[in-house]
Amino acid sequence: MEQQTLTEHKGAPTSYGIYVLIWLALMALTAITAVVAGINLAAFTLVIALLIALVKSSLVVNVFMHVKYEDKIFKIFVAIAGGVLSVIFLLTFADVYFRR
Amino acid sequence: MADIALPPQDISVVEGSYLENIGKHKGLAAWLLSTDHKRIGIMYTVMLFSFFSVGVVLGILLRLEMISPGGKLFPPEVYNALFTLHGVIMIFLFVIPGIPVTLGNFFLPLQIGAKDVAFPRLNLFSFYLYVIGSAVILTALFVNGLPDTGWTFYVPYSLRTTTGVTVAVFGVFIVGFSSILTGINFLTTIHRLRAPGMTWFKMPLFVWALYATSWVQIIATPVLAITLLLIVISRIFGIGIFSAAAGGDPVLYQHLFWIYSHPAVYIMILPPMGIVSEIIATFTRRTIFGYKAIAMSSLAIAFIGYLVWGHHMFVAGMSQQADMIFSFLTFIVAIPSGIKVFNWVASMYKGSIDPQPPFLFVMAFMVLFSIGGLSGLVLGSLATDVHLTATYFVVAHFHYIIFGGGVFIFFGALHYWLPKMFGRMYNKKIASWDILVMFIGFNLLYFPMFIMGYEGMPRRYFTYLPQFETLQHISIVGSWILVAGLIVMFVNLIHGAIKGPRVGPNPWGGTTLEWKTSSPPTHENFEEEPVVIHEPYYHEEALTR
Repeated sequence: MEQQTLTEHKGAPTSYGIYVLIWLALMALTAITAVVAGINLAAFTLVIALLIALVKSSLVVNVFMHVKYEDKIFKIFVAIAGGVLSVIFLLTFADVYFRR
Repeated sequence: MADIALPPQDISVVEGSYLENIGKHKGLAAWLLSTDHKRIGIMYTVMLFSFFSVGVVLGILLRLEMISPGGKLFPPEVYNALFTLHGVIMIFLFVIPGIPVTLGNFFLPLQIGAKDVAFPRLNLFSFYLYVIGSAVILTALFVNGLPDTGWTFYVPYSLRTTTGVTVAVFGVFIVGFSSILTGINFLTTIHRLRAPGMTWFKMPLFVWALYATSWVQIIATPVLAITLLLIVISRIFGIGIFSAAAGGDPVLYQHLFWIYSHPAVYIMILPPMGIVSEIIATFTRRTIFGYKAIAMSSLAIAFIGYLVWGHHMFVAGMSQQADMIFSFLTFIVAIPSGIKVFNWVASMYKGSIDPQPPFLFVMAFMVLFSIGGLSGLVLGSLATDVHLTATYFVVAHFHYIIFGGGVFIFFGALHYWLPKMFGRMYNKKIASWDILVMFIGFNLLYFPMFIMGYEGMPRRYFTYLPQFETLQHISIVGSWILVAGLIVMFVNLIHGAIKGPRVGPNPWGGTTLEWKTSSPPTHENFEEEPVVIHEPYYHEEALTR
C-alpha cells in the first residue's frame, strides 16, 4: 500500500470574494435567528433556528473548512459525525416531545 | 512461510533501543520533550498509575468508612468529597485515557508497522494537556473546600454548591481536549500509516478496537466539553439553561452529560476487548475465530453506544416513551458484546492453550465481565431499574464492567507487553498466584454490593442500617485482599521491568508485527519497513497440527 504524505494539501480554489460573501451570509443568518427568536412561532421557533444553524454550519464546513474540495473519505467522516449528531438530536427531542 | 517479510537483522541486540537517549537532551528532559510514541506511552503509564494509586487509596478510605454504621471515620462532607474525587480521578484521569494513551500509544504504530503516530508533536501536546487538566482538577481540592457533587456534576446541585466545582469541571474540559486530539491522531495513523500489505482486514484486532474508540473520542467528547462549559457559564453568569426556575431544563443536563459519558464507557471497554483478542490468539496458538465479526462488532458497539445514554436516566423525569426507546436500544448493544464473547470462547476451542499470566487475566475477565454485563441487563430493564437505581447494585455492576473487565485486561496487557516494552520478564509464578488473589479480593469486595443494592442499600451514603453490617465487612476485607494483590503485582512488574531476566523479541510466540522487532524496540521501531503477507494471527504450526 502506498503511503500518502501528510503534508499533501490541495489548494482551495476559493477567492477572497467568496469568503466575504459567505461571511456576510453567516451574519445575515445570525440576524434572522435573533429576529425569529423574538417572534412567537411556538414549536416552529426551534425548527427554524435549527434549520438556519444547519445552513450556517454547512457553509462553514464546506467553504471555510474546505471539505467541499477534499477527498471523498473526509466527506464520509463529516457525514458520520453529522449523522450521529442528528440521531442524538432526534432521541433527545423525542424525550422532550413526549414529556409534554 | 513467514507471515511477514522482514530484512535479516539481529533483533536480539538491545543497543539502540528507545530507552537509550539520543539527540541533544539528556536525562529527564530527553523523556519530557520526546515525541517518540513509545516514550510518550510510558510517561502516560506512569501518570495514569500514579492517579490510579490515589484513586485506590480514596476507594479504600470510602470502604473503611463503612466499618461500622454511623460514619465514625469521616464526617459526611468529607465522605462526599472522597467519593467525588475517587470518581473524578478514576474516570477522567485513569480509565477514560486508559489503554489508548498508554499501550495504544506504545503499540499502535508497532502493530501496523509504522515508525510513529501520524502527528508526533500533537501526541506530546496531548500528553501535556492531560497533565495540565489533571493539575487543574486536583487544584479544585483547595478552592473553596472539597468538591462534593459526585463525578457526574449533576445540576441543580453543581450550580448551587459553593465548593470548587467550576475549577474541577474546567480541568475535565481540558483533559477532554487531550482525548479528542489523541483520537484524531490515532484515526489518521490507522488510515495513513499502515505497512505495505496491511489491508483493513489484516489489522490486529487491538488496532480495530483503537479505531472504533478514536471515533467515539472524536465525536462524543465535544459534547462533554460543551456541557461542562455550560455549567461554568451558568455558575459565573447565572444563565439558566439548566434551571427550571429560569425556564431551563435540569434533565437536559443529564441528557448532555450521558450523551458523552455513556459512549465513554465504550472508550473504557473497547480497547480491553481488542487486547483480549490479541492475548487469546497468542496463548491458544490459533487464529481468532470470527475475526471480521469481532472487528465489525467493535464498530457496532461504538455506534450503538451513542444511542443508549438514556438508560442512566430512567428515574430522572424522562418521558415514559423515551424510557422504553432507551431500554430497547440498551438491549440491542448487548448483541455485539455477545458476538465478541462467543467468538473468543470459540477461538479457544481445540487451541493449544498456554495458561501464562496474560491468559489468566483474560480468564478472570471472562467471568467478571460476564457478571457485569448480565447485571447491566437487569439495570437496562425499566421495572428492575426503578428498584435498583442509585443503589450499591449499580456500583457493583459498574465496577465489574470497568474494573473487572477493563482494568483487569489493562493489567493483563501490561503482563503481555512488558517483555516487549523493556526486554525483560517479571516473575511469572508470582504473577499467576497474584491473579488468583486479586480475583478473590475483587469478588469479595464487589459481589456483596449486588446483594446490598438489591436489598436497598443506597450508594453515596456515609452510613447504613445495621442489617448490612456483615456484608459491608466482607466487602471491606475484600478491598484489603485486592489492594494486597495490586501491591504485589506492581512490585513484580516494576522489578521485572528493571531487573528481570532478559527475553528475546518474541517470548510468547505472538504473530502480530510488534513481536517481529527487538525487545525493547528501537527508536524507529523497525530496521526496515515490514511487508505484511498474512492475516494477523497466522500460526504456522496450527496449520500442521
